[in-house]
Amino acid sequence: MKQWKVFNQLNKSTRANVITIGVIAIIYVLCQLLIAVGALSNLMQGLLVPLCYYSILAVSLNLTVGILGELSLGHAGFMCIGAFSGAFFSRLTENTITSPWIRFPLAIMIGAIFAALFGGLIGIVVLRLRGDYLAIVTLAFGEIIKNIINVLYIGIDGSGFHFSMKDSLSLGLAKDGDIILNGAKGITGTPNDTTFTIATIFLIVVYLIITNLVNSRSGRAIQAIRDNRIAAESVGIDITKFKILAFTLSAAMAGIAGVLYSHNISTLVATPKNFGYNMSIMILVFVVLGGMGNIRGSIIAAVLLTLLPEYLRFMQDYRMLIYAIVLIVMMIFNWNPACIAWRKNHTIKGTLLSLLKKNRKEA
Amino acid sequence: MSFVSYLIKGVSLGSVYSIIALGYTMVYGIAKMLNFAHGDVIMVGGYVIFTVMSMMGLNPVIAVLISIIFCTLLGVTIERVAYKPLRGASSLAVLITAIGVSYLLQNIALLVFGADTKSFSSVITLPALKLADGALTISGETLVTIPICIIIMVALTIFVKKSRTGRSMLAVSEDKAAAVLMGVNVNKTIAITFAIGSSLAAVASALMFSAYPSLTSTSGSMPGIKAFVAAVFGGIGSIPGAMIGGILLGVIEILSRAYISSQLADAIVFMILILVLLVKPTGILGKKMQEKV
Repeated sequence: MKQWKVFNQLNKSTRANVITIGVIAIIYVLCQLLIAVGALSNLMQGLLVPLCYYSILAVSLNLTVGILGELSLGHAGFMCIGAFSGAFFSRLTENTITSPWIRFPLAIMIGAIFAALFGGLIGIVVLRLRGDYLAIVTLAFGEIIKNIINVLYIGIDGSGFHFSMKDSLSLGLAKDGDIILNGAKGITGTPNDTTFTIATIFLIVVYLIITNLVNSRSGRAIQAIRDNRIAAESVGIDITKFKILAFTLSAAMAGIAGVLYSHNISTLVATPKNFGYNMSIMILVFVVLGGMGNIRGSIIAAVLLTLLPEYLRFMQDYRMLIYAIVLIVMMIFNWNPACIAWRKNHTIKGTLLSLLKKNRKEA
Repeated sequence: MSFVSYLIKGVSLGSVYSIIALGYTMVYGIAKMLNFAHGDVIMVGGYVIFTVMSMMGLNPVIAVLISIIFCTLLGVTIERVAYKPLRGASSLAVLITAIGVSYLLQNIALLVFGADTKSFSSVITLPALKLADGALTISGETLVTIPICIIIMVALTIFVKKSRTGRSMLAVSEDKAAAVLMGVNVNKTIAITFAIGSSLAAVASALMFSAYPSLTSTSGSMPGIKAFVAAVFGGIGSIPGAMIGGILLGVIEILSRAYISSQLADAIVFMILILVLLVKPTGILGKKMQEKV
């Protein structure tokens, strides 16, 4: 009983955090138990890490879309930067730092820093723009990143780094040289350091960072900007600073997800499928379905929308179609004046109360 | 000579971009929304022409006409079903809906026509023009595309300036509330704008797929995004701006494809977008709008 008292004395946001992390931890332990017993199929085991990085992506995009209120369509681009810089670092130091326990956190840090760097840069450039312009510029940015990585060749030999934008031969490497980034062929041989444990730990870290930000002074400033930019500016909130803060942080988290992704596969290439526009849209669907601004919802939506198609194999062909319909219907249901009025009159609580009243009258 | 031929090719591609950009710029000017699905209407138009020509074996002119009618109806339906319920909602909500519609069209096309690339047969049968003893060849598609673009521009400008419907469009884009007070039917005007934009998309699809004949469910999205870049470049909401922006963009794209790198051409186009928005966010011919509290 005493523990409950302590728990109830915590403030609301801390309590919510404890509950969410508790649920994640329970699911983690459950999965590990199932793996130990051998009750989890190979397919499901392969999905555990993707579930974590999809959740991280959804949570981090929610910071931009839900909390800051700006639409970014280049989230996959930041993930791409994180994935490539992290994998590049791991490939480079594979023989010097042999312990994955040191190398992998460093790789994640590098991925996050690079993604944040680009996020900040893009933020400074484009956050003066609003709404539709920002969406199209972030989309353009994602495409630029993908295009540049596909023509970039980086190798290393005794005399240092060699860069080229033509082909791997024009790098001019010495005999002992090693091509790390091979243009459209990407990075091969990245050590598979991502485990379910590490991915879960980083999911919790990202969740904590974002919920703490949202409940802090800065977070309230960011939400004030979302709700009314001009009013926020007039009470002295530095719009540019907070926008760039949110945008950079969101990019850094996407970078972390990228590193987790790149260390979970053997060959990392930038294709329209993994880092293209479609990926950005998929993350957006997670955010919209989970509820814009609701961090917990993003994780639930990411998990559900990743698992459901695996279980409903016959749905595979219609998966994207259903995503599209979900987007449209959710938006109309949330924003159409008629739907808003209908929802006000038909809340679950209200319906139950009216049912009770009816019963009483009849009695 | 090769430079001149690249330049002509660029103007031709740019003409297609400017016809698509018109659809964006008019809808943006009047409904204040970025119609993300516009590029996918182009793809649908391409599939309609392909179906009518290859499967029913009809005349190309009839195919283009059917495609124009189909796309017009599609545009109006999209506006009625997806965008009209959200009139007055936040621009983020409308934009996400538009992305949803774009995704929906792509996936319906994918389910109906399959994932394999369809080879589009040109609707233009004009022979290529050979100049300067064969050193300079101008394809039949180019010879048709550029005049059609000019005709559309002139006709549209006259329509908007002189006709009653056109002037009501101008009124709605200037001030929606005041237009309502003056007796303009805003919903009808917006529907007509979508109809015009979508029919232009059908024309653009006939011209574009004749010159670049590979047709898949996503082949509309990239030209659509580039045309939006062109509209921003020229100044969104401005009809001559869309033309200038489109042609400049087409020339830049073809020249960078030829002289810099074919893989980086798209990246260069997008970098230009970012630069333009940095230096002059309203575009070449755009007007600066003051934000009111």
